[in-house]
Amino acid sequence: MKRVYVNEEWCLGCHLCEYNCAFANSGLENMVFALKDKKIFPRIHVEGEDRITFAVSCRHCEDPMCVKSCIAGAITKKDGVVKINRNKCVGCLTCVLVCPYGALAPGEDGIMQKCELCLENSCGAPACVTGCPNKAIVYEERSGDQ
Amino acid sequence: MKRYVIIGNGTAAAGIIEGIRNVDKEGRITVISGEDHHVYSRPLISYYLEGKTDLERMKYRPDDFYETNGCEVLFGKQAESIDKDGKTVKLCDGTVITYDKLAVATGSRPFVPQMDGLEKVKKKFGFMTLGDALELEKVLTKDANVLIVGAGLIGLKCAEGIYGRVGHITVCDLADRVLSSILDSDCAAIVEKHLESKGVSFILSDTAASFEEKRAYMRSGKTVDFDILVLAVGVRANTGLIGSIGGNVNRGIVVNEKMETSIPGIYAAGDCAEGYDSALGSNRVLAILPNAYMQGFTAGKNMAGSEAALTNAIPMNSIGFFGLHMMTAGVYEGEMTEEKSEEGVKRFFVKDGLLKGFMIIGSTERTGILTSLIREKTPLDTVDFGKVRTLVSNMIFTREMRRKKFGGIV
Repeated sequence: MKRVYVNEEWCLGCHLCEYNCAFANSGLENMVFALKDKKIFPRIHVEGEDRITFAVSCRHCEDPMCVKSCIAGAITKKDGVVKINRNKCVGCLTCVLVCPYGALAPGEDGIMQKCELCLENSCGAPACVTGCPNKAIVYEERSGDQ
Repeated sequence: MKRYVIIGNGTAAAGIIEGIRNVDKEGRITVISGEDHHVYSRPLISYYLEGKTDLERMKYRPDDFYETNGCEVLFGKQAESIDKDGKTVKLCDGTVITYDKLAVATGSRPFVPQMDGLEKVKKKFGFMTLGDALELEKVLTKDANVLIVGAGLIGLKCAEGIYGRVGHITVCDLADRVLSSILDSDCAAIVEKHLESKGVSFILSDTAASFEEKRAYMRSGKTVDFDILVLAVGVRANTGLIGSIGGNVNRGIVVNEKMETSIPGIYAAGDCAEGYDSALGSNRVLAILPNAYMQGFTAGKNMAGSEAALTNAIPMNSIGFFGLHMMTAGVYEGEMTEEKSEEGVKRFFVKDGLLKGFMIIGSTERTGILTSLIREKTPLDTVDFGKVRTLVSNMIFTREMRRKKFGGIV
């Protein structure tokens, strides 16, 4: 299965992936309306300091701790994609407590949201990848993948 | 075709079903469900009363869960006894069910200490099951005074759940602090203060000694008048079915890493089981939902003939009250370091070069990274642990560790 990978050496720390993610998941057609003067809640985030930066998003683990730990049964894995049913989530943040990658963060409303690879939004393919100016974020299949 | 029987229909049972089906698509699964409900998320009962979820959304698995997984569910049935030699389970209605592999996922029940006059209290409730929540809901009124006995996770979640639907809430506990099972005095004081700022009153280091219908006489001599009483003192694992046939039982049903009890062919999982806590280094009941699922899944796989072991279970809680969130994990042993900021407090416990536990109140971003350090027993000299004092992030790992962590298939 294809996943989002980040080549740390090429990451510029520009945070564009965060904006592209927030826009892709906003449901709006105009980027200005979607993002201007708003605090964004992207499903990918850039970590690092000084010269080292890298973006982190859901790894869609083979054996996802978040799925096993969700107290509401709101997180499921289907066809390789870990998804959250925001309608069931109560915002307890247990998934944040168990994700070893620190990849999960709640949305503006305190309810969890997560990277679902843009498969079901208007983008159709990961917006963080498409918009990465230095091609540091890639969407590909790697050996050993199932 | 194997015959699997599961006693219980909670989170652990769901894990067992999914564990079995991960390996065996054919075998017959019978679920004996004491409660008359489709599997639901127990910890959501307070969110239900708060209006943050409803009966439909709090189902732990979809409506077609049993059908999809080929399970027969006997709702509203209690298991009375197990015949370990004949390999049968007898229900209270006399029905006898044969099994090849049996799982006990009977959960726990409230512990109610001896308190004189308790029988005189008409409006008294536990807060464990959906049934408890639905009964409690019927008597909630805007002017009701509520006394909650027990300032643990259940008692305080109950307080939050009913807060907007009652008059005044008083919580008492014999312990000297709230959430004594997961927080030390300093951290508990922050939570207590926060709840008090919302108008919840506390009576700590004190407990109800006796009752009249609407009055509690505290051990200290204080009296508390109430309309509704909630008993959330503690829980006891339901171990009777295994204990009564000579199985190894301690605080819970003792299980090994494969979730086998001491009786061949019988497994246990969830709040009724006492499994290995890798942070503590010995067995204990870990009555938390993620553990119930993982124990269940492990049991199910083994029941179906696969090899699975749960070796890295630890206590861990993520919980919030009135907007104040906290996360705790592991054991509070070793040297403690503390970071205080405007957003809250973080306490880390380090022993033998390993992170053993933490308490975090307020700023909880990426806390899972810390949890994984405990679970995976990552030697702290291989990471830049000092960095977590300012920010928990993947920067604590070396570039090479990050390359492995994020670059491969996980």
